[in-house]
Amino acid sequence: MTATSMRVSRSPRGSRGRPATKRRREVRRNITAYGFLCGALICFAFFSWYPMVWEVVLSFQQTNFVDPPIWVGLENFVTVFQDAAFGPAWKNTVMFTVLALIFGYGVPFVIALVLNELRHARAYLRFVVYLPVMLPPAVGVLLFQWFYEPEYGLFNQILGFFRLPALDWLNSTDTALVSLVIVSTWMNLGTGTLIYLAALQTIPGELYEAAELDGAGIFKRIWHVTIPQTKLILLVMLLLQIVATMQVFIEPYLLTGGGPENSTVSVVYLMYQYAFNFGNINGGNALGVMLMIVLMVFSAIYLRVSREDKS
Amino acid sequence: MTRSGYRRTAGLLLATALGLTASACGSGDEPAQNNARPTAGGSAAAGPVSITVNCMPPKTNKAQRATFQEDLDAFQKLNPNIKIEKATDAFPCYEPRTFEAKLAGGQLETVFYVNFPNVGRLMESGQAADLTPYVDELKTFKDYNASIDIFKKDGKIYGLPTDGYGMGLVYNRDVFTKAGLDPSNPPKTWAEVQAAAKKIAALGPGYVGFGEYSGNNVGGWHFTASLYGRGGDVLTPDGKKAAFNTPEGQAVLENLKQMRWTDNSMGSKLYIDWPSLMKAMAGGKMGMMLGAPDVLIGLRNDFQAKFENYQITALPEAKALFNGGAGYMINPKATPEQIRAGLKWIEYEFLTPGKGQLDYVRAKGADLTVGQPYPDLYGADTPSGQEVLKLRSENANVDPAQFALWVEGSKGIPPKAEPGPYAQEIYAILDTPMSAVLTRQDADVAKLLSDAEAKVNALLEKKG
Repeated sequence: MTATSMRVSRSPRGSRGRPATKRRREVRRNITAYGFLCGALICFAFFSWYPMVWEVVLSFQQTNFVDPPIWVGLENFVTVFQDAAFGPAWKNTVMFTVLALIFGYGVPFVIALVLNELRHARAYLRFVVYLPVMLPPAVGVLLFQWFYEPEYGLFNQILGFFRLPALDWLNSTDTALVSLVIVSTWMNLGTGTLIYLAALQTIPGELYEAAELDGAGIFKRIWHVTIPQTKLILLVMLLLQIVATMQVFIEPYLLTGGGPENSTVSVVYLMYQYAFNFGNINGGNALGVMLMIVLMVFSAIYLRVSREDKS
Repeated sequence: MTRSGYRRTAGLLLATALGLTASACGSGDEPAQNNARPTAGGSAAAGPVSITVNCMPPKTNKAQRATFQEDLDAFQKLNPNIKIEKATDAFPCYEPRTFEAKLAGGQLETVFYVNFPNVGRLMESGQAADLTPYVDELKTFKDYNASIDIFKKDGKIYGLPTDGYGMGLVYNRDVFTKAGLDPSNPPKTWAEVQAAAKKIAALGPGYVGFGEYSGNNVGGWHFTASLYGRGGDVLTPDGKKAAFNTPEGQAVLENLKQMRWTDNSMGSKLYIDWPSLMKAMAGGKMGMMLGAPDVLIGLRNDFQAKFENYQITALPEAKALFNGGAGYMINPKATPEQIRAGLKWIEYEFLTPGKGQLDYVRAKGADLTVGQPYPDLYGADTPSGQEVLKLRSENANVDPAQFALWVEGSKGIPPKAEPGPYAQEIYAILDTPMSAVLTRQDADVAKLLSDAEAKVNALLEKKG
C-alpha cells in the first residue's frame, strides 16, 4: 500500500475523529469557564428569569395559592387599567423619569467634569461624592424626610436664611414629585459621577492640547472633544438611568405614601399596593408585565448600543 | 457569537425558563399532601399531630417572650398528642409581603395571626380554613361578643378574634394642662375638639392640637373611623355602592380642613403611616388623636412615651365605634386534626381566663401592663367575660382612670366592622380626600367626596 493510498484510506476516519478530538480539547480547555458560567446561569435562572417567567404566567391567572389557578386571559390587565390610580401612576412615573434625567443625568456629568479638571483633593472629593451611595437607600430617604420637614427642616431653614418663602416640599401636589427627584438624584449621584469620571480619564490628553492650540475655550473643548469621546458611555448611562428611574418605589413608599392626592404614586408603588395591600398579586403581576414591556424597549436599545460599541 | 449561536443560546434559555415554569405550575397545581379540606364533623383520628404557630414575641421583648415560651411548654404538656414544631417570631406578625409566598411554598404556619383590616380579604380569597365544624368544641366560643362577626362570612367562621377594641380619643393630659384645659373633662363634641386643638396649638411652635393620618391607606382607615363615629357608613348595607358622600362624610373632612387651615391647629407635617403619628404623639407636643385603648400601651411600650400623661376618652358624639383588633386564622392546607390542635392552642393562649394572655397574675408579676380595658372579646354577662373582668381588676397595675372615660363613654355604642373585603382598596381611594384637605387650603370637599365615590363605585362594580 502506497503512502498516498494510506492517507486516502485514513482520511474518512480522520475527518470524523479530528473535530471530535478538537471539541474535547476545547471543552477541556474551557471547563473552568463553563463551571463559572453554570454558576451564573443557575443564579440568573432562579433569581431573574424564573421570577420573570412566573410573573408573566401569574398575570394571566387568578390564584389564591391554595386552589388550582384559573386562567383569566387579560382580565388582570383590564382590572389594573381601569384603576383610578393607573393613569396618575404612569404619568408620575414618566414625569419622575424625565425630571430625574434632567437633574440626575446632567449633574453627575458636570461634577465629573469639574473633578476631572481638579488638581488637588480629587480623591477626597471623589469619596465625598460617592458617600451617599454607600448609605442604605432607606437611611438616605429618611434623612431627607428631616430636611423636608416643613417647620424645622434644613431646606426651609436655608430658604429662610435667604429670606425666601418656605416651601411645602412633600406636602404639596406641586412640589412632592420634584422633592422625590432631588432625593433620588442625591442618592445616585456618586455612581454616575464615577462612571463619567472613568470615561473622561480615557480621553487622550493630546486631543485637548490640539483643541487648545486651535484656540478652543473650555466649552468648545467639552463640546468638540469630551462629549464626542464619551458619547457611547453617555448613551448607555441614559438608557440605564431610564430603566432604573422608571422603577421608582422606595422614595414614594417612605416619604409620601403616594400622596398628596396620588401625586407621587408610581407604577411600582401601585404594583406593591396590588400585590401586598390589596391582596391581588395577579393584578400586581399584570402591572409588572406592562412595565417590563416598556423597559424591554429601552433595554433592547441598550443592548444594541453596547453591541455597536463592541463592534 | 454568530446568528445561529445566538439562536441556540436563546433556545436553551427559553427551554430552561419554560422547564422551570412548568415545574412551578406543577407545584402550584398539586394539592399539598396535607391539603385535606375540613369537612363537617370531620373525624379526628386520635394520634400525634404537629402544628406550627406564629407571633411569638421577639427576643427584644424578653418578658412577653418568656411567658409565651412558658405557655408553649405547658400547652404541650397538657396535650401530649400535640407537638408545636415551630413558633416563629417574625415581626410584624402579619406580613402581607410574605404571606402569599409562604402560603404558596407551604411555609405558612398552621395557626397564623391576622389584623382586622385583612380578615375580609383572606376570607374572600379562600386563604383561611373554614372553622365552622370545629368551633363548638371550644369552651369559650359561646361567650364571644360581636367581635366574632368580623370572622364570619356566608354563615361560616374563618377565625377567632383574640384582641378587640373600639375607637376613642387619645389625649395628652400634660399638654391639656399647659393649654389651660381640664384633662379630667376632655372634649365630648367635635366642636370642643376643635376649640381644644386651637388652644393647644397656641402654646407655641411645635405644638399640634390634633394629629391625623393622610397616606398609605391609614388616611382612609381613620376617615372610616370618624365617619362611623358620626353615624355614617362607607358602603351601602348590601356592600354594592359607596355611601360616604353624605353630610357625615362632609363633616369629617370639613372639620379637618377647618382645623388645618382656619385654626392652624394640626401642624404642617403629614403623617403617612401608623408609626409617624404615634411618634409625634409620644413626643409630648401633640394634644389629641383618634385611637383605641391599645394606643396608650403602644405609646408606652414601643414609643417610650411618658405613659401616665396619656388618657383615652370616648369618641366625640359617637354613634358607632370602628372595631379594631386582631385574631388568628388557620392555614387552609391544614388537616382536620391540625385545625383542632390549632384551635386548642388559640383557646389556651388567648381565650382562656387565667391562662396565656389572660393570665393577669403572671402578667403583673412580669411587669407587663394589666388593667387596660382590652381585649374586649366576651359579652359582659357571660362566664368568661365576668371572669376576665374580675381577674383584670384584681391585678391591675395601670391607673384605671387613664381608660375610665373611654369605658364609660363607649358603653352601649354599637361596634362596626371594616367596610368589606376590599377595605384596603377603599382606604387607598379615601387617602386622597384626607391628604387633600390637609395639604390644600382650597380643597373642595364636595368634589373630593364625589370623585372618591365614583372611584369606589367603579371598584365595587368591577369586583361584582
